[in-house]
Amino acid sequence: MNKNISAVSALEVHDLTVAFDRKPVLWNIDLEIPQGKLVGIIGPNGAGKSTLIKSVMGLLPLSSGYCKIFDEKIDDVRHRISYVPQRESVDWDFPVSVLDVVMMGRYGKLGLLKRPRKADLDVAMDCLRKVGMESFANRQIAQLSGGQQQRTFLARALAQQADIYFMDEPFAGVDAATEKAIINLLRTMTAANKTVIVVHHDLQSVSSYFDWVILLNTRLVANGPTTSTFTQDKLQETYGGKLTLLSDVGDLIRRENFPNREEKVL
Amino acid sequence: MNDFWIILTGSLVAISCALLGCFLILRRMALVGDAISHAVLPGIVLAFLFSGSRDSLTMVIGAGLLGLITTFLIEFFHKKAKLQSDAAIGVTFTWLFAIGVVLISLFAGKVDLDQDCVLYGEIAYTPLDMIILEGGYLLAPKAIVVMSCVLISILLVIYFFYKELLVTSFDPGYATALGFSTAFWHYLLMGMVSATTVASFESVGAILVVALLIVPPATAYLLTDNFKRMLLISSGVGVVASASGYYLAVWMDGSIAAAIATMCGLLFALAFVFSPTHGILKRKLVRAIN
Amino acid sequence: MSNFTDFFSFSDPNVRYVTAGAVLITASSALVGSFTFLNKKSLIGDAIAHAVLPGICLGFLLSGTKNPLYLIAGAFITGWLSLYAIQYIIAKSRIKEDTAIGLILSVFFGFGILLLTYIQKSGNANQSGLDHFIFGKAASLVGADLITFSIVSILLITFTLLFFKEFKLLVFDRNYAVALGLPVKRLELLLTSMIVLAVVVGIQAVGVVLMAAVLITPAAVARFWTNSIRIMFIIAALVGAFSGLAGAYISYTAPSMPTGPWIVIVVSTLALLSFMIAPKKGILNRYFKQRRFRRTIQDENVLKVLYQLGESSKNFFVQRYADEIIRKRSFDKKGLHRSIQRLCSQGYLEKIGKLCVLTQEGKTRAQRIVKIHRLWELYLTTHVHIAPDHVHEDADTIEHFLTPELEADLEQILNYPVVDPHKTKIPY
Repeated sequence: MNKNISAVSALEVHDLTVAFDRKPVLWNIDLEIPQGKLVGIIGPNGAGKSTLIKSVMGLLPLSSGYCKIFDEKIDDVRHRISYVPQRESVDWDFPVSVLDVVMMGRYGKLGLLKRPRKADLDVAMDCLRKVGMESFANRQIAQLSGGQQQRTFLARALAQQADIYFMDEPFAGVDAATEKAIINLLRTMTAANKTVIVVHHDLQSVSSYFDWVILLNTRLVANGPTTSTFTQDKLQETYGGKLTLLSDVGDLIRRENFPNREEKVL
Repeated sequence: MNDFWIILTGSLVAISCALLGCFLILRRMALVGDAISHAVLPGIVLAFLFSGSRDSLTMVIGAGLLGLITTFLIEFFHKKAKLQSDAAIGVTFTWLFAIGVVLISLFAGKVDLDQDCVLYGEIAYTPLDMIILEGGYLLAPKAIVVMSCVLISILLVIYFFYKELLVTSFDPGYATALGFSTAFWHYLLMGMVSATTVASFESVGAILVVALLIVPPATAYLLTDNFKRMLLISSGVGVVASASGYYLAVWMDGSIAAAIATMCGLLFALAFVFSPTHGILKRKLVRAIN
Repeated sequence: MSNFTDFFSFSDPNVRYVTAGAVLITASSALVGSFTFLNKKSLIGDAIAHAVLPGICLGFLLSGTKNPLYLIAGAFITGWLSLYAIQYIIAKSRIKEDTAIGLILSVFFGFGILLLTYIQKSGNANQSGLDHFIFGKAASLVGADLITFSIVSILLITFTLLFFKEFKLLVFDRNYAVALGLPVKRLELLLTSMIVLAVVVGIQAVGVVLMAAVLITPAAVARFWTNSIRIMFIIAALVGAFSGLAGAYISYTAPSMPTGPWIVIVVSTLALLSFMIAPKKGILNRYFKQRRFRRTIQDENVLKVLYQLGESSKNFFVQRYADEIIRKRSFDKKGLHRSIQRLCSQGYLEKIGKLCVLTQEGKTRAQRIVKIHRLWELYLTTHVHIAPDHVHEDADTIEHFLTPELEADLEQILNYPVVDPHKTKIPY
């Protein structure tokens, strides 16, 4: 079957359950996201926003379900996926320069034993220019401010030249001007039919930033275009009602070491 | 000539350890390196017993395996037995090291190893063990040949797999997302640390090799913000410590390996105080100016 | 064997002293070490242990004698210095904790070995015995030394008991201790001094290289057997005492053997055993528990199938062949027969020839499972907004584990509904 490429959804998550220490932190998530959207993942602390991204990227083991990107298994399309981890996830005292970090974005495309070439360097510099960091190329990352660190990570993700981008809190610790610049950049990317999925905290800016939202609180509350989905009562449900029974059952599973899923007898 | 051979051996050991140590301390695995260097001891003794000689290949394999087992055990205790990671490291290496020391005492007659050798090696004797070619030419001490091979392997691995080692050290989560196997590079590195520890064992002993793994990279870490330069500087620190340590040991009539470790500490202290970028004097000055 | 009886009759006063000394030393180290274990600073103890070596050597060099007071003083000073240096390096530079510990440990130890070899080569007749500090020698605990070390051990035990409550709070939640107005700084000073002292006396028996094991391994053993901190300390002290006893015995029977490694092998073996067999936390127990879960799930699934078959035939007590059960839900044949046997012996099933039938108890249990299954499916659709076609698998697991309390909550939250999302009736 020859599928129309742009009709394929960018991300499909099917019945995804993820557990830490056996306690489910995401319950049976089902969602689908079309291509070319700027998507915000919204929810309170501990709602499993980062967990969702990480499990889609294959960084965490899944208890059930599967994820597909462009209707393919993640490992088959890694070259089309880009990732911006949380800024605190790395040691910023690491002795590398901004350019070194951005070049890492090219590593996935190079094979074993291959070294980055001039063309890769050009891409990296171009990405640094896009985030306004070209004058910092040779700066050591230890000397960057929080916003500059974030922009470095963004440039690294851009250097992957992917079709779908997962960003874990790219606005954390970023000043207002940088945030604006980043969001404009993301806009131009989605205009070119790239899909950008962003874990976001600030409710004020949701409607103006994103054209698609995922409301999450250990379970999926809503998923859809911002205008129809980002409503007062949906927000109330995301932030207000904690499902005590659900988390009690989760605690029970962890405490007693119960299996998350029955083993299938075939 | 002996001086030269000893300093050369020390330098080869120091450079090998320093290069690997840079990765260890940046990955926050300094103490796993410490644990491995202790825990390979029973492997060395057993390889000795089975092969009946100090022939290096058996030993490197035997003890290299044990080094990997150590990392597995630490992870097993941590993940399966849910023991906190610091205690998992502490319990594992003390246990394996104790077995090694007891094996040495039990087979004292059969194994040409003693507790002193475990502690600080026999670098002073390296020139005595020369490789002699047919025709009676003295080639070079065996330790130098072995350590050169180790160093060359390390250099080759770092040269060819620089980008993999760098990205998995800096940002393992991102590396996984790119499709790199962090576990593979982790175990490769641990395997190299084990092999290097074993190869260095005769020269500097099981414990002082820790000083060479950790201290020169830590010193370099205070002197530069560039990873390639860090590799170079830590090697340099290792060489300087080897040479100055040798003369310190001669002057005091003490253990050479111990003196090298002491010199490493001294060099670190100098960098800690006087480093132009990260020294405490610089920090004080900056604060005074502000 | 005669060694064994000779030793354990304790008729030789020397044996009595050595044993008492070794037991006191290891038990007190285990007590103090338990705090570092709980503080997740196990390897700090290792660093201090290595770092006392240069202090001992300097004490000897400066005093020229093996008087334990000078050696203890020297060891105390360098032990403290190492701890301070680690904290200073972490605070004043970008060096991280693990690197700082490894660095101080190896450099201090290297310097200690340098001094030791210097002393050995300088031919000082008194030096014999200094190298016992490296791998330990319990048998060398005699006369005045023994008294000194025993007093220090008793002091350590006393302080642990006196300040147990404060130290407990300190390692559990330092900020809270500050908020309560405890003199946290002074308590920390006391605790670290006690750790250094424990190391200084402990190295008599085990030596500097393996001292860390005597500090933390007993605590690790104890942690596997209890969740109560008091009992944990008691077990740790007992494990420590036992290892000391073993050390003294080995030192007595095989004088050429270093005691330390044997003590460590004894406690490590205890630790490995505990990791495997301890109730609740042991690996074996967890494995068996998982197996038990799998059995319960399988048994309950058999009951459930019989119940569902009963629902469709409107009679729960029809006698059925095993094949009918397998047709409804796939089971491994042998496993199914084992399940049926178990259920029969528990009175949930009755077997008549090759046929089996639910008993009244069996029906009640099956009905509860089916009820929870359907309630949970409903809960997931109405409250968690999961599509009705995705709730089955989750409910298939939860049905086996839900406690009666949570079951009641569930009924209440849903207000005793009549049908599940698939319009099937919910049995009460």
